[in-house]
Amino acid sequence: MSAENIVAPVLTAKDFATDQEVRWCPGCGDYSILAQVQKVMPTIGVPKENIAIISGIGCSSRFPYYMNTFGMHSIHGRATAVASGLKATRPELSVWIVTGDGDSLSIGGNHTIHLLRRNFDVNILVFNNQIYGLTKGQYSPTSEEQKITKSTPVGSIDHPFNPLALALGADASFIARSMDRDPKHLQAMLSRSHQHKGSSFLEIYQNCNIFNDGAFEIFTEKSTKPEEALFLEQGKPLVFGANQQKGIKLDGLRPVVVELGDTYNLDDLWIHDETDFYKAQTLVRLFDNPSELNHFPRPFGVFFAKARACYEDMLQLQIQEAIATKGKGDLNKLLRGREVWTID
Amino acid sequence: MSTEQLVKDVVIKFAGDSGDGMQLTGQQFTNNTALLGIDLATFPDFPAEIRAPQGTLPGVSGFQLHFSSDKVYTPGDLCDVLVAMNAAALKVNLNTLKPGGKIIVNTDGFDAKNLRLANYADGINPLENGSLDSYEVIKMDVTKITREALKEVHELGTKEKDRAKNMFVLGYLYWMYNRSLESTISFLQEKFGKKDVVLQSNIKVLQAGYNYGDTTETFTTRYKVEKAKLASGSYRNIMGNQALAYGLIAASEQSGLPIFLGTYPITPASDILHELSRHKSFGVQTFQAEDEIAGITAAIGASYGGNLGVTTTSGPGMALKTEAMGLAVMLEIPLVIVNVQRGGPSTGLPTKTEQSDLMQAYYGRNGECPMPIVAAHTPSSCFDAAFEAVRIAVEHMTPVILLSDGFIANGAEPWQFPQQENLPTIQVSFAEAKEDEAFMPYSRNEKLARPWAIPGTKGLEHRIGGLEKQNITGNVSYDAENHQTMVLLRQAKVDAVANYIPEQTIDSGAATGKVLILGWGSTYGAIKSAALALQKKGYAVSHAHLTYIRPFPKNLGALLAQFEHVLVPEINNGQLVKIIRSEFLVNAKGYNKIKGNPITTTELEAFVEETYFS
Repeated sequence: MSAENIVAPVLTAKDFATDQEVRWCPGCGDYSILAQVQKVMPTIGVPKENIAIISGIGCSSRFPYYMNTFGMHSIHGRATAVASGLKATRPELSVWIVTGDGDSLSIGGNHTIHLLRRNFDVNILVFNNQIYGLTKGQYSPTSEEQKITKSTPVGSIDHPFNPLALALGADASFIARSMDRDPKHLQAMLSRSHQHKGSSFLEIYQNCNIFNDGAFEIFTEKSTKPEEALFLEQGKPLVFGANQQKGIKLDGLRPVVVELGDTYNLDDLWIHDETDFYKAQTLVRLFDNPSELNHFPRPFGVFFAKARACYEDMLQLQIQEAIATKGKGDLNKLLRGREVWTID
Repeated sequence: MSTEQLVKDVVIKFAGDSGDGMQLTGQQFTNNTALLGIDLATFPDFPAEIRAPQGTLPGVSGFQLHFSSDKVYTPGDLCDVLVAMNAAALKVNLNTLKPGGKIIVNTDGFDAKNLRLANYADGINPLENGSLDSYEVIKMDVTKITREALKEVHELGTKEKDRAKNMFVLGYLYWMYNRSLESTISFLQEKFGKKDVVLQSNIKVLQAGYNYGDTTETFTTRYKVEKAKLASGSYRNIMGNQALAYGLIAASEQSGLPIFLGTYPITPASDILHELSRHKSFGVQTFQAEDEIAGITAAIGASYGGNLGVTTTSGPGMALKTEAMGLAVMLEIPLVIVNVQRGGPSTGLPTKTEQSDLMQAYYGRNGECPMPIVAAHTPSSCFDAAFEAVRIAVEHMTPVILLSDGFIANGAEPWQFPQQENLPTIQVSFAEAKEDEAFMPYSRNEKLARPWAIPGTKGLEHRIGGLEKQNITGNVSYDAENHQTMVLLRQAKVDAVANYIPEQTIDSGAATGKVLILGWGSTYGAIKSAALALQKKGYAVSHAHLTYIRPFPKNLGALLAQFEHVLVPEINNGQLVKIIRSEFLVNAKGYNKIKGNPITTTELEAFVEETYFS
C-alpha cells in the first residue's frame, strides 16, 4: 500500500470525550465550553496525541479529565508555568491551558504575565465567571466592586482586573473575548487562538449558575445582547445595536458612540484592525459597567493579534547554534577542563 | 640570600575589603597550587552584600586555602599566613591565626580612617602598639608600591591602578612559595586580552610583587610544598557547584535525556545556573523563571514532556517549591530538586553555610509525601551525588532531593575526574501503546515505578494530576481504601530505592568499637580528620558518612548496632540525629554548631576525647 493511500481517520467531537463522568453543576457554563472545544479539536489538524491540556485548580481546571488528549491537572495558579516548561522543551505539541479568573489572575497572576511576555506558542483559555466557585462563593479578582459574597457581606472593596488590558499590558501577542452562550463565536475564537503563533489569551465569559448566576446575562440574552455586545471583525466598522444602527467612531484618541443616519455613516466609524496595538489599547478599555449611563458596549472577538518571536523557538535555536558552532558537547573534554595534572 | 625550606602543610587566609579582589587572588593561588599536584581544600567566606560599606568589619571578604603534600580533607582550622589588606580584615581574622603565624599587611589599609571603620579605639594602631608581637608581621605599603610600579602608565587613573593591588600580594606570595607566575599570566591574558593596558598593568604589578620578595628579602626563608601522594591518575581543580552542574550534564548524556533547568537565582545556588547555561552544546535548556515556584513547575512540565527536569535553589526557595514537590510525588515523574543550603530560617545568612534543611527535605510537605534524599559531602562529590540523584529519579520515577551547602558549593579541591566510558548508563524507557491493551498510567514495575508516558505517544492519551489517583488506572479517586493503598505504595516505592543503592561503609576505623561518628554532607572533612587523629591516639573511634539519607542504606541499622555510642556532628540544631534515633532506636547524640561556618577538626576531636574517653 502506498503512502498516499493511507487516510488518517477523521476524528469527531466524540473522539475527544473521555469515559469520566463530568462533574460540573448542572447548568454550568463549562459544559458549553467543553462541547465547543471538543468540536473544534478535530478541525485543527493536530493528532490527538500531540495535544496537551494543562490546568490549575478550580472548577474549570477539571477540564483535562474530560478531554481524551494528554492532560495534567496541576496545582493552583501554576498551569501556565507547567505549560511553559512543556512547550519550551516540546515545541511541536499543541499546548492548551485551561484556567479560571482566580487561578490565572489571582494566585497565578505572576506566571500569567510572564508567560505572555515570553510569548510561548500556547493557548490560554480563561474561564471568567467573576466568582470563586470551587471554594463556594467568595469574590474573585474580576468581581465587580460592591459585590456581596460570602467573604464580602457588606460588599467588595477590591477593584477588579480588566483581564484583557492586563494581558495587553504584559505584551500578549493575541487577545480575544468570547462567551459560553455563543457557541459559534466561541468555536471561531478557539480556532483563531490555535492558529495564532504565540501566546493566545482568550477570555471566556462563563456563567456560574450557583454562585454568580446571570453575571453576563446582559451580553448573552437575546433582548439585551445586540445593544450591549459589540462583535469585532477584522477590517469592518465597529457597529452594534438591534438594527445595526449604532457605531463607534474615534474622535481623536477618544471613542464615541454615534447613531448611524444623517450625520454619520459607516465610513465615519472606527475600522477594526487587530494588528494595531494603539487601537487595541483603546478597545480593551471599553469595559464600562453596563449599569452606568451612556456606557460603551462590551467588545467580543479578536482585539489584537500580531506575531512576534516565541520563547521556545529562540531557546531551541540557541542550542542548535551552539552545536553548529562548537560541535555536539564532548563530555570527556568538559570533565577534563583546561588545566590538568597527572600523578604517576 | 634567602634559603629554601620544605614544609608539609600550609593554610593561608586572604582577607580584605569585599572590593579588594581577595576571592580572585585566592582562586589564582589555588589553581597555581593544584597544577603542581599539591592536595588542597578551599573555603571562600564573603559577606552577603555585593559591596558592603568599604573598610568596615561586615565588609571583610576572606578566602582560606589549605594545601599540603599530605592528603587534605578540610580548608584548615587555623592559618599559618594571614593576608590583611586593611585593619578590618586583620581584626576579623586574627583569631584564626596560629600563634607565631605570619601576617602580611597592607599598611595603607591602616590609616586613621580605616582604623576608625574597623572600630579600633582612638589612637590605637595594632601595627604599632605591640599587640602583634607574638606574630611575624610583614608590612608593606601595597597601594604605594602598586602606584609606583604603574607610574609610567598614563592611560589609567589612580582608581584603576589601585585595582591591581591584589596582584601585588599574589606575586609576593608566589615568590614566598617558590611558584611560577605562568598560570596567572595566562589567566590575565584570557580575562583582559582585549584591554592591553589593563593586562600589561596587572602583569607588571604581579611581577612587582614577586620581585619585591626577591629584592627586599623580607623573609630569609622561602617555602616549598611538595606534590601530594594522591592516587595515580589525572586531576583537575573543581568547585562544588561546578561539579554538581557537570554531574547533571553527565547524567543527561548517560540517560539520553536533555536537561531542562527551571530555576530562580538564589545564593549560593546560582552558580549552577550560570554553569549549566554555558553548555548549550550538550542540549542543556536553562530557564530563568519569574520565581521559585515557576522554576520547579516548569521543570515538572519539562519532565512530563520527557526531559530531565531539574530545579536548583536554597532553603527559602525550597520552602516556596514545597507544594509543587508534592505534585511531583503525586504525578510520580522524575525531577531533581537541588538545595544548596545556607543559614536560615527566613533569609537568614545567605552566604554562610548550614545543614539545617534536612528536616525540610525529609518531612517539609503537606500530606504523606516521601521522596529520596541524596547528599554531597565534598566539592567533587557533588558530581557523583548529582549523577545518583538523576539515576534514582529516572529509574524510580520519583522526585529526588539533592542536598549540598554553601561550604562545598563554593569550596574547591583536586578531582580525579572520571571518563565517560566508566560512567554507568541510566536506564530510560518511555511507554508505548500495546495493541488490545488499555494503557494503565499507574501500573508499576518491579521497582514500583509507573510508566513514563509522554505527550506525543499515539494511543497513550491520559490524564494525571494532583488529586488522589486510583491505583493502576490513575483516574481520580476519593475512595478511602484506595487512598491508604496509594499512600503506602508511594512510601514503598521510595523505600525500594534501598535495594538499588550501595550498602553503607565505614570511612575510617574498625567496624565495631566504642564511638561511631556518623555524618552527612559537608562535615566530612572535619570528621575524617578528627577520626584519623583520634584513631592515631589509639581510641576506638570510627567514621561513617551518609550519601543516601532517604531511604537509608539497608545495613545502616546493623552497622550502628556495632558501636556503644553514635555521635552525629551537624551544622544545625540536631536534625539527622533525630531521624537516626527515631528510625533505629539508638542512643545517638549530636554535636551541633550553628554559627554559619564549618565544624573544625580541633573542636570535634576535643569533644570526642572529653565526652567518651576522659
